[in-house]
Amino acid sequence: MSSQALISVNNLVRYYGDYCAVDNISFELAAGDILGFLGPNGAGKSTTMQMLSGNLAPTEGEIHINGIDLLDKPGAAKTALGYLPEVPPLYKEMSVDEYLRYCAVLRRIKKAGIKDAVALAKQRCGLAGVGRRLIGNLSKGFQQRVGIAQAILHSPQVIILDEPTVGLDPIQIREIRDLITELGKSHGIILSTHILPEVASVCNRVQIINEGRLVYASDMKGLLEQQTTGKYEISLARPPSVDEIRASGLIDQVEQLDAGRFIVNISTTADELARVAVNNDWGLCKLVAHEHSLEQIFVNLTLGDGENL
Amino acid sequence: MIISIALRELRSMFLSPLAWTVLAVIQLILAWSFFTQIDFFFNIQSQLVTLPNAPGVTDLVVMPTFEVASIILLMVTPLLTMRLISEEKRNGSIALLLSSPISMTEIVLGKFTGIVLFMLIFIVMISLMPLSLLMGTELDLGKLAAGMFALMLLLSAFSAAGLYLSSLTSNPVVAAISSFGLLLLLWIINNNAGDASNTLGQLSLLGHFAPMLRGLIDTADIAYFILFIATFLLLTIRQLDSQRLQG
Repeated sequence: MSSQALISVNNLVRYYGDYCAVDNISFELAAGDILGFLGPNGAGKSTTMQMLSGNLAPTEGEIHINGIDLLDKPGAAKTALGYLPEVPPLYKEMSVDEYLRYCAVLRRIKKAGIKDAVALAKQRCGLAGVGRRLIGNLSKGFQQRVGIAQAILHSPQVIILDEPTVGLDPIQIREIRDLITELGKSHGIILSTHILPEVASVCNRVQIINEGRLVYASDMKGLLEQQTTGKYEISLARPPSVDEIRASGLIDQVEQLDAGRFIVNISTTADELARVAVNNDWGLCKLVAHEHSLEQIFVNLTLGDGENL
Repeated sequence: MIISIALRELRSMFLSPLAWTVLAVIQLILAWSFFTQIDFFFNIQSQLVTLPNAPGVTDLVVMPTFEVASIILLMVTPLLTMRLISEEKRNGSIALLLSSPISMTEIVLGKFTGIVLFMLIFIVMISLMPLSLLMGTELDLGKLAAGMFALMLLLSAFSAAGLYLSSLTSNPVVAAISSFGLLLLLWIINNNAGDASNTLGQLSLLGHFAPMLRGLIDTADIAYFILFIATFLLLTIRQLDSQRLQG
């Protein structure tokens, strides 16, 4: 365990009766990390997050938050923790302001600081206009924001968000992503989701969990490298026949998608390919690297054994 | 911290119509009972004068009212306590408490204090009726205080038991029915016991409540209620802890 790690998890195991929901997971989270936690339904994402937030006790293993053992000193460890569960923990009969003030007390924010903390959280989550409204009367999206506001209220070092963008409209999703990116600069964030583009746009590290085990862990760069295939997709306005393309000598494999679009596997650089296309007057209008989609990687990791990457 | 949780609990009770309805209905029934007791007292007043050491208005009017209150609350307390923990479990808001830097003990004591504060409001409200008699007559204030104290202990005990049963389930109705069953059983358990000195008789809530209502404050009775409350609070804390382990 390094001294800077905000979260360090060692050999975490969790059984529900005989069923093993989380099997020997270990990882660390440093300040400034936004860790995307991916996995199909029932993989153990939420269970892991519940254990990290102290809602569930692990069967085996250790969790340190900010260097403090969560199981030995839950009180001290939890002050550094903000948690948004899958279902936001709201009291529907309270107004947004009342609710956030109550959360501030629970999080042991000093009395003098409560007003500012609530105002800041509201402003960050776009709740400024709804402070006096009852939570039960707000739309799902706004309730979700109140849930996020509650998690960041005491500006904890570690923020755990379980599917934070569920139920939000596209504009709100973008706002929340911006918020997460901004928070990530100063906090460590763990984010679970099954929306893959969200991970690509927000996170700098990715972990994929399947059937309780970590099957993949890397930084975002590593994931992007996994995506490259060495293939290019080209669109041509005046496409030659497949044989002519092969005859150019640069191209090993050609696969025709439709009239003017091909997937080619080249032995040289994209630059060279472009030159050939121009010289032969094929009417090059598009040349892009052909990538494995995140979905493809995800499916390969969780269904197969990753060989086809 | 405990006070904050308690006040939120109290607040949320008064934000829903539940608390108001309960207070209004009980007040109405007790007012009627109080009124009939006074009527009864007027009717027999002439005979009382002839008796040496006759029971006063406190014994004949106030204490029966408190007795009726205790029986109504036996039925109503489960309705008040059923939501305390089970509803938080059902709609997931318990995660807020569990992920905050507060201990299970603080959560349980906070919830318990919240419901006890409600009971206190209730006792003050029903005590206003006998106190209004002060305008026309004299009351045995010592006996009245003993009655209020007894009622407070009894209702706290009801609440602690209800809180525990609410922590066992995520279904408020199940919590209400089981608390009612438990309280009723403990209320009547000394009926078939024959003499009150046997073990089952000692467990009875009524057996320890009735003497206090007659103005007899016994340490053993107070200890019984305190142990009763402490037992159920500890069971609740343990229950919530073990739910974290078992999920």
